[in-house]
Amino acid sequence: MRVGFTVNGREETADDVWEGESLLYVLRERMGLPGSKNACEQGECGSCTVLLDGVPVCSCLVAAGQAEGRRVRTVEGLAEGDRQAPIQEAFVECGAVQCGFCTPGLLVQAHDLIERVPRPSDADIREALAGNLCRCTGYEKILAAVRLAANRRAENP
Amino acid sequence: MEFLRPATWAEALAAKADLPEAAPIQGGTDMMVELNFDVHRPAALLDLNRVAELTRWTAEADGRLRIGAGVPYARLIAELGDRLPGLAQAARTVGSPQIRNRGTVGGNLGAASPAGDSHPALLAGDAVIEVESAARGVRMIPADEFYLGVKRNTLLPDELIRAFWMSPASGPQYFSKVGTRNAMVIAVCSFAIALHPGERRVGAAIGSAAPTPRRARAAEEFLAAELDWDAPLEPAVLRRFGELATEAASPIDDVRGTAGYRRHAIGVMARRTLTWAWNDLRAGRTERRAG
Repeated sequence: MRVGFTVNGREETADDVWEGESLLYVLRERMGLPGSKNACEQGECGSCTVLLDGVPVCSCLVAAGQAEGRRVRTVEGLAEGDRQAPIQEAFVECGAVQCGFCTPGLLVQAHDLIERVPRPSDADIREALAGNLCRCTGYEKILAAVRLAANRRAENP
Repeated sequence: MEFLRPATWAEALAAKADLPEAAPIQGGTDMMVELNFDVHRPAALLDLNRVAELTRWTAEADGRLRIGAGVPYARLIAELGDRLPGLAQAARTVGSPQIRNRGTVGGNLGAASPAGDSHPALLAGDAVIEVESAARGVRMIPADEFYLGVKRNTLLPDELIRAFWMSPASGPQYFSKVGTRNAMVIAVCSFAIALHPGERRVGAAIGSAAPTPRRARAAEEFLAAELDWDAPLEPAVLRRFGELATEAASPIDDVRGTAGYRRHAIGVMARRTLTWAWNDLRAGRTERRAG
């Protein structure tokens, strides 16, 4: 079947999509957007997190056909032109990246948190990121990066 | 495989009548796992995301809440946490934020896993499930008649789950769940309690400790008969409640825990949640007197 939706502000369509195919597969394999990572395929790891109509979801658990006509924002769409999103800058500055596999999902999920919650507590951050696994176990620096990005946003809204 | 995309509830019922083997998909948090791992290959997916009414809830004239089967857990927590605290607590233990943004009580009911987090709260809170078919119309099914076996429910092949009905809490409610961490955990076992002080009655139900979620009926009947609603909780009553809750369980050994552990934990959670609820009830009364 043909599936079409808006990705990072652009209209995209894909043909010959299998009816049981995931949004993640369509993004990575049919639309040339490999930023969202394919790891567990069961919603356990958060590496494939994207915004669907502005809401963070595991794209491996959305059927491609369910995205028809909707808005999807992936990690590739967080930056504005050449300028990284504040959460991306904070990850770089804090060294919140090790192997990098979990990073795209964490960026999308943390971006959503700081957009929604002006001054997140550590408990807020931990709960927001509870579905994103980092198997390098680099969580401390990830938490530091989210705190930094949230503080900057609170100071310069 | 076909991908069916009804735009209205009537279209969804018609599609299900035409192709009863079509598998409904709403949040996808169960169904997509089965597709990704090739566990299940249905003849068709019946996508309910475009049926907007499923994502709405209303306060009905009789005082009850009618909650669309497609309202995600995140919205249940945010919008109904004050009126359905037991169900909201259960919803907060589901998966992760991403899963709670997509997963729904309707999906939990459809999957009918004994470990589904919403079931004990639905049972303790006397939920009624509204299902419908194009041929026979609406059936209203009390939650404790809905579950038939492991991952089996009373839904007929041409029926879809439309909504569930619950009264706003009339007293304290709690949900408790045992697992290895807070997030992303399938319950080892779980327990829900709902106090109905006006009726001098307590709802209690167990999860992941029997082939289906189930009410702890003997424990409920014991409290209805023995609780002194105007006094502190008696240790002997608390202990007996825990024993009867444990007796309601018929758990198995599996990868998440042993039957013996589950029996023990059900008793602990029963005593704990009753104590929490009772303390809230007493504190509420004191406040009202002071006010």
